[in-house]
Amino acid sequence: MPRLNLYQEEYYPSPIQNTWKEFKENHAALLSLYCVIFFIFLMIFGPFLAPYDPLQQNIDLLLVPPAWDNNGDISYLFGTDGLGRDMLSRIIYGCRMTFGISLVLVIISMLVGVALGAMAGMSKGLRSSVVNHLLDSIMAIPTLLIAIIIIAIVGTGLVNSMWAISLALIPQFIHQTRDIVRQKMKKEYVLAAQLDGAGKIHIFFNSILPNMAEMLVVQVTLALSVAILDISALGFLNLGAQAPSPELGALLSEGLTTAYVAPWNIALPGAAIFFMMMSINLVGDGLRSALRYRLLR
Amino acid sequence: MNDLLSVENLRFDNCHGKRWQNKGSKFTLGPINFSIQAGETLAIVGANGSGKSLLAKLLVGLEQPDSGSIYLNERKLEHYDNKHRVLNIRMVFQNSNESLNPGITLGSILEEPLKLNTRLDNQARIAKVEQTLKLVGLLPEHRFFYRHMLSDGQRQRVALARAIILNPQVIVADEPFAALDPSVRSQTVNLLMELQRELGLGFIFISHNLGIVRHISDKILVMKQGKVVESGKTDVIFHWPKDEYTKKLVHAHQALINGQS
Repeated sequence: MPRLNLYQEEYYPSPIQNTWKEFKENHAALLSLYCVIFFIFLMIFGPFLAPYDPLQQNIDLLLVPPAWDNNGDISYLFGTDGLGRDMLSRIIYGCRMTFGISLVLVIISMLVGVALGAMAGMSKGLRSSVVNHLLDSIMAIPTLLIAIIIIAIVGTGLVNSMWAISLALIPQFIHQTRDIVRQKMKKEYVLAAQLDGAGKIHIFFNSILPNMAEMLVVQVTLALSVAILDISALGFLNLGAQAPSPELGALLSEGLTTAYVAPWNIALPGAAIFFMMMSINLVGDGLRSALRYRLLR
Repeated sequence: MNDLLSVENLRFDNCHGKRWQNKGSKFTLGPINFSIQAGETLAIVGANGSGKSLLAKLLVGLEQPDSGSIYLNERKLEHYDNKHRVLNIRMVFQNSNESLNPGITLGSILEEPLKLNTRLDNQARIAKVEQTLKLVGLLPEHRFFYRHMLSDGQRQRVALARAIILNPQVIVADEPFAALDPSVRSQTVNLLMELQRELGLGFIFISHNLGIVRHISDKILVMKQGKVVESGKTDVIFHWPKDEYTKKLVHAHQALINGQS
């Protein structure tokens, strides 16, 4: 029997719609979201957009200024670098590389961290402590330093720096998850779920995870900005991505040699990193407040 | 007539598990004996810390008794036999505000026991949720709501809906009316009695409010420091209390009523 629908105009938004409604109110966050979407778009479709091969050198056109300069050339929108490589293509590929790698790293460390944290939070006693403090020693050392240590042992390279950064990001996730799980396990609704016959795994996914979204969003955005900074810092120090590869940090360090003659070689990659960081942080902030207010209004 | 739920010599000592962490104070509950029939209401009254909530937890299986046994329909309930217990004995918590998950909609809260304990498909589950919401006097649309959108009385109704959605035989309620104002309280009490009549539930409830106890219960269990001091029919206990403690309780209640009128 179809239900009699008396109030046609009444409309019940789903949780996600509710969050979106709150999020839209925050204009800075919305703008930053478009920015992040743009970066994700670049990440996926970068190779189709880039006008040149990022590694292709053109000896006739060294250090061409950007198109808006008097001496600029419109076919090289962002100019070229000291080896005649097109800056625009290099930055597009650079964003793709830096952003994509950071995203992958954060997702991996989130999955590992949340899994370990949940295990620590749901169990009791010694086992909980061991799992919780498994990677604590890593927290005492700055991420970059661990990366440098790992690289000193295994040698330079992008993959090695990725290992280092994801290892360094995991403990934060473990601790936050464990604290939240501990806190929520004491709530009566978890007791009620137990009385429904729910097992531990079911309780975690159905009762605790929905209440963890806020913390996860904050943690993911923090981790994402840390990852981007570290990847580019290691690239800049020539420890991560190696010279010819178009990674934003590596681009910066290459541009440094011609900084006085061609300032756009460091300004443009720097601006790309800046926009990436800012938009991610603003989106994270907006999402956090949207998630919090969703449950208050 | 057969007993729906009966409890024999139930005992519980509050020093479990960590034996090396020997605690000074020791609380012993029981031995407790009682039985109820279908459609009957048993009220448990007593001071704070007299083990009422602990008894409720033992009944629903959150705690394991040290000795004694609980029979449902003359079949012994073992502690590991959770499935059977979940389907037939449900609990309503004291504070419905705490017992509803703030992060998910009421629909998913109510669907959870169905998902775990029945084989209904998605559509049937939603239908059942809506039907139960109607039964407790809410609208089917309330399944899209979050906890914070409801008033206290509505929350209590949702907690009740959660208890009855599996068609249990016994409901254990731990002070279900404590947080409500008098008018909503009487509404909820009437709702409960109506549901009990319709569904033939056995109802065990814990309360401080002797007025409500007198109104809805058939039997009373008076507890003091983990021991049952008196038990029997409501009328008998209210008119001819035997124990000193029960006398005090009843007199206090009488004084309150006389003072009001």
